[in-house]
Amino acid sequence: MIPLHYYLVVSALLFSIGTVGVLTRRNAIVIFMCVELMLNAVNLTFVAFSNFLGSLDGQIFVFFVMTVAAAEAAVGLALMIAFFKNRESIDVEEMNLLKL
Amino acid sequence: MLEYVWLIPFFPLVGVIINGLFGKKIRNEAFIGGLATAMVASSFVVSCGILIQLIGMEPEQRVFQKVLFTWIQAGTFKADIGFLVDPLSAIMIMVVTGVGSLIHLYSIGYMHGEEGFYRYFTYLNLFTFSMLLLVLGGNMLLMFVGWEGVGLCSYLLIGYYFHKKSAGDAGKKAFVMNRVGDFGFLIGLFTIFWWLGTNHNVWTINFVELKQASELLPFGGVVTFATLCFFLGATGKSAQIPLYTWLPDAMEGPTPVSALIHAATMVTAGVYMIGRMNFVFIKSPTTMLVIACTGAATALFAATIGMAQNDIKRVLAYSTVSQLGYMFLAMGVGAFTAGVFHLMTHAFFKACLFLGSGSVIHAMHHALHHGHLHDDPQDMRNMGGLRKKMPITFVTFLVSTIAISGIPPFSGFFSKDEILWQAFSNPYHGTANVVLWAIGTIAACLTAFYMFRLVFMTFCGECRINPKVKDHLHESPLVITIPLMVLGLLATFGGFIGIPKLLGDLFGGIPNRFELWLEPVFEKSTEYAGQYAHAGTHYGHSVEGGLMLLSVGVAALGIGIAYTLYIASPSIPQRFTARFPGLHQAVYNKWYVDELYDFLFVNPCKALGRFLWKGFDVLVVDGIVNGVAAVVRGFSGVLRYTQSGFVHNYAMTMALGVVVILAFYIFR
Repeated sequence: MIPLHYYLVVSALLFSIGTVGVLTRRNAIVIFMCVELMLNAVNLTFVAFSNFLGSLDGQIFVFFVMTVAAAEAAVGLALMIAFFKNRESIDVEEMNLLKL
Repeated sequence: MLEYVWLIPFFPLVGVIINGLFGKKIRNEAFIGGLATAMVASSFVVSCGILIQLIGMEPEQRVFQKVLFTWIQAGTFKADIGFLVDPLSAIMIMVVTGVGSLIHLYSIGYMHGEEGFYRYFTYLNLFTFSMLLLVLGGNMLLMFVGWEGVGLCSYLLIGYYFHKKSAGDAGKKAFVMNRVGDFGFLIGLFTIFWWLGTNHNVWTINFVELKQASELLPFGGVVTFATLCFFLGATGKSAQIPLYTWLPDAMEGPTPVSALIHAATMVTAGVYMIGRMNFVFIKSPTTMLVIACTGAATALFAATIGMAQNDIKRVLAYSTVSQLGYMFLAMGVGAFTAGVFHLMTHAFFKACLFLGSGSVIHAMHHALHHGHLHDDPQDMRNMGGLRKKMPITFVTFLVSTIAISGIPPFSGFFSKDEILWQAFSNPYHGTANVVLWAIGTIAACLTAFYMFRLVFMTFCGECRINPKVKDHLHESPLVITIPLMVLGLLATFGGFIGIPKLLGDLFGGIPNRFELWLEPVFEKSTEYAGQYAHAGTHYGHSVEGGLMLLSVGVAALGIGIAYTLYIASPSIPQRFTARFPGLHQAVYNKWYVDELYDFLFVNPCKALGRFLWKGFDVLVVDGIVNGVAAVVRGFSGVLRYTQSGFVHNYAMTMALGVVVILAFYIFR
């Protein structure tokens, strides 16, 4: 039986990697993947606690998170295609048209 | 019939709605003018019915109120849309609708071919409606609505030729000066309402109820204040010193408008208002003296200016101011009946004079237009000898002139002589009465002089119009001359309903019907006046007869002087002006009153306005607004740098924020 804090440490590591990726990478698709990483880190925590507490609530939440992540991927990828058609790039540094 | 009194103002309102909304599309002059005239004529028919019914009633019962609905109800304050019919308002509706329909008829001919024909008749109907509201209104507030309505229509019609700057300016001048007076009217209304309410719990503005409650008002004191405020309103509307200067300028409007609004009806609203509230005014001897003095002063002052004007309409305008002065003189000495009588006869002869002058101007304008000349068609120096060219206009003009001069048996004699006699004999103002009478008599002489100067310069002597167009002068069409003839007849015979007792006795005891008719309206004032009047001398018939002969004598003297100066030896006026150039210039320039007002009021107001604009508005108001904007812009200029436009920066800020918030909750 693996103790709870092992899961939590892994999950925290995954979340941190995801956050750093979002903050540092310039390619929108990579940023997107990092967001997925953060979501899955959270999912891992949910499942771990669900098991630890003997309650199904956490696992139910995971389904919701996965649904939202799927929807987000669909919309996000569509946005990126639209953006790429206009600017021939998906570099987030170039998404600055609203700047003064 | 009395139940249908609301029809009287209703008919002109229908005319306003139809002509105002559809007139531009209809374009048919005969229809527009005919409709407007028919509406006023219908009101006249209803008015006649009401008058006949009133005559059939007992004198004490001749007060009828018709309330249509409650207009305002707020706490103790209540104002109805309701009409009051009594002998006084019956006379006024007869004058307004009678003279009004004649002038509407005349206007069809006079305004033929003018641009904005429908606009003219809409305004004229709107004016009639407002004037009828003013004279029929059963309470002070409804009267005030009519009071403002006629002021608006006066403004609109003076500025009828709005593309002319002078006309627009004259309209504004009339409006602003009237506003000064209206302010007084409102203050007076509030004062009476508030004083009766707080002190006696009588919260009313209804004339009939006020008449009952007038017992509660004190002599002088608050009543003096309120009536002086009302009188300020009257000086504005009725062109008395100090607010008279708008009326001569109002001659910029079309001539029928001058006849209807600025001679026969609207300008008499102040007199009517004092007559309507006689029971309040009579309670303040001070106000009565002020009114009498203002009236007498205006009568004389305007008459002097009228002597030196060359514009035919301006002479008539100053004559109107002067005659209104007589009416106020009558009101001020407590001779309300005489004042209203003069109001009525004046409406006849002055409307006739104005319409006659309109007929002359019309003919002059056509002749000059035919010859492509740009001479002034209103300048009497260009006229002369029109008697043969325009016989009907001449005859009607002449009888009206005789009437205004006060020669018996024309109507003006009876009313003016009554005023002068009452000014002399009424015991309210002690010795001031004799002075008032003397001023009135001198003004009567001047009136006869300048009116006959007008007639001689216009109709007699050599024709001074450019000889090229002499043959194009001709009499006006029937639509113009018929109203002239009707008004001429009224000006001749209208005085017979108010024959003074002295003369009535000579001719077999004819009663003074006019006085008997109005007696119930003014009964309260007679009662109150008896409480403070000086026990003056009672003058006998011989004195009254003597004064009557004297007033006829001074009128004849005025006519004689005019004949000498303008027919017998026309060189004297030139010699006179050459001898006294300063005096002539002062009179010709209206004693420089306009310049004085410009100096005292207009220019300081302009300077104040300029200061508030350049000083206060630009520097302070705009400064505050612009300062706030500048401060906000400064701060935002700094804060703007946080909006880098880089997604990473935002994401980092968000992540840091989350960390800070978490740290706060964990470590607190």
